[in-house]
Amino acid sequence: MVLAPDSMALETRHLGFTISPHEECGVEEAVRMIEAKSGESVVLTLGPAEAAEQLRDAMALGVDRAIHLETDGSEWDPEATAAAIIDAIRADEAASGPFDLILFGNESADSGGFQVGLRVAGALGRPCVTGLKKVTIEGASVRCEQESEGGRDVYAVPMPAVLTVKEGLNLPRYPSVPGRMRAARKPVATMTPTQAQARLELASLVVPAGQGRRAEVLGSGPSAAPAVVEMLRKIGVV
Amino acid sequence: MAPVVALIEHADGKAFDTSLQTLAVARSFAAGQAVHALVLSSPIRLDLELGRNAVFALANDLGHYGVNVAHIAEHEALDSFAPDAWAAILGQLADQLDATAVFAAGTERGNEVMARVGARANLPLATNCIAVSAGDPITLTRQRWGGSLLEEARLNSTRPLVTVAPHAVPIETAEAETKVETFTPQLKEQELVVRVIEHVAAAGGGVSLAEARVVVSGGRGVGSKEGFAIIEELAGLLGGAVGCSRVVTSAGWRPHTDQVGQTGTKIAPELYIACGISGATQHMAGCKGAKRILAINSDAEAPIMLNSDYAVVGDLKEIVPAISKEIRANRGHAG
Repeated sequence: MVLAPDSMALETRHLGFTISPHEECGVEEAVRMIEAKSGESVVLTLGPAEAAEQLRDAMALGVDRAIHLETDGSEWDPEATAAAIIDAIRADEAASGPFDLILFGNESADSGGFQVGLRVAGALGRPCVTGLKKVTIEGASVRCEQESEGGRDVYAVPMPAVLTVKEGLNLPRYPSVPGRMRAARKPVATMTPTQAQARLELASLVVPAGQGRRAEVLGSGPSAAPAVVEMLRKIGVV
Repeated sequence: MAPVVALIEHADGKAFDTSLQTLAVARSFAAGQAVHALVLSSPIRLDLELGRNAVFALANDLGHYGVNVAHIAEHEALDSFAPDAWAAILGQLADQLDATAVFAAGTERGNEVMARVGARANLPLATNCIAVSAGDPITLTRQRWGGSLLEEARLNSTRPLVTVAPHAVPIETAEAETKVETFTPQLKEQELVVRVIEHVAAAGGGVSLAEARVVVSGGRGVGSKEGFAIIEELAGLLGGAVGCSRVVTSAGWRPHTDQVGQTGTKIAPELYIACGISGATQHMAGCKGAKRILAINSDAEAPIMLNSDYAVVGDLKEIVPAISKEIRANRGHAG
């Protein structure tokens, strides 16, 4: 990983952006629910202008419309992120009616705060189940399965509810060309929320020292097999 | 002087190592203030008077990790996991003690419960920390990108909520006289809406990826679903589990349960054999706990080759079967 010169962010000049794995599964699940039950799906993100591309990607998979909470790309702590999302959801629900389900990724891929979905649920006074690998709507409630030691823990909560999901929930589809064309015409509501004062404040990023592995090359091609097996014997796995 | 409090997760009468690691960070933050611990249990399994109960013994034993007072919270609702109830109890104990900080392990449950504590009390939460120092502001070091990057941060809070990254700091022993007390929480009905109603056991068979002593993984280089036959064969010979990279699960070649990585399973085997895997950050976050890594890759410059202990350069489709054949041949000689 390469840091930007001020050590406050990753150097992203040579990187592409994408929807994170957990959130990609959340988008796919929302699309599947609407396909199965009818209704409307909305995708929301908080991020810089460039994040509009990921909103289009989500709409190309079948999401109906998007809300973009546009930032200048600076770091938002989990509380500030949650506060902006809470305001946006309240405003959208006041205008378009309540959401039965609000899905979040279980934790962000970068900061890993594990809390935005739970903070939003708390503020809205809705039950929240986290880390889900399977979600089934059963009437007015939702059955939720979470991986746990030796199997899965099952919850059932009434809707409206907030769920946080994990990769493995489903296998997301690839966007089709017609899907991409339709997405270009779908509405995106862009707003610029006020950033609450961060209470968890990034000071700097550090690339941890390497783990000290130095590869011993055992050979090349199939002729390396005896050396590999010798190594396996030495470390006691054969 | 006001104490700090730490949530202790446990099973089968034993505190989780991750909770004991958490106590080391909590004690260092406390710097002489009392360390309190919260142990949750259901009254059915609780028998304080006889002192025979495993939970009591466990709580009493926390003195070896520097805990001055262990609070056993008993409530019939604690028979099954109810995260809002756990958060309510932890918040109530912290209020009662006027705790200066609250700690839990950065496990799935620890992070979840602490996020709920934060949401309820409107307090910030710093997850997956490896060091925390008292002060104004509090300074801390926490993991990002599944531990591939560290963040130095400042936390402005009257009661910092902190989770400790699993297996990133050592357990520290200390001899403290532990007082075991009973804590009776007040729970509201709405705090029991989210609770485990059923546990579905995993389908048996095979070696669990998370527990396996050897993991043999395949990446894009394996080329297809069918290509995994040679990976399975080698894993079988070594009594290990089959793993894969994210590319493989996204392509539908293997189920997500086989994925090693930041969004898959984090493993810590004796030996990890990575075949045709380039070693992206997302993957390394899942396998860096391996004691040894053998990388087999046609690209000698692939990132994984620089992050491994042993490397073989070349086509995995020739090398992996050759290794399996060699293991068989050796076993033949042996008997």
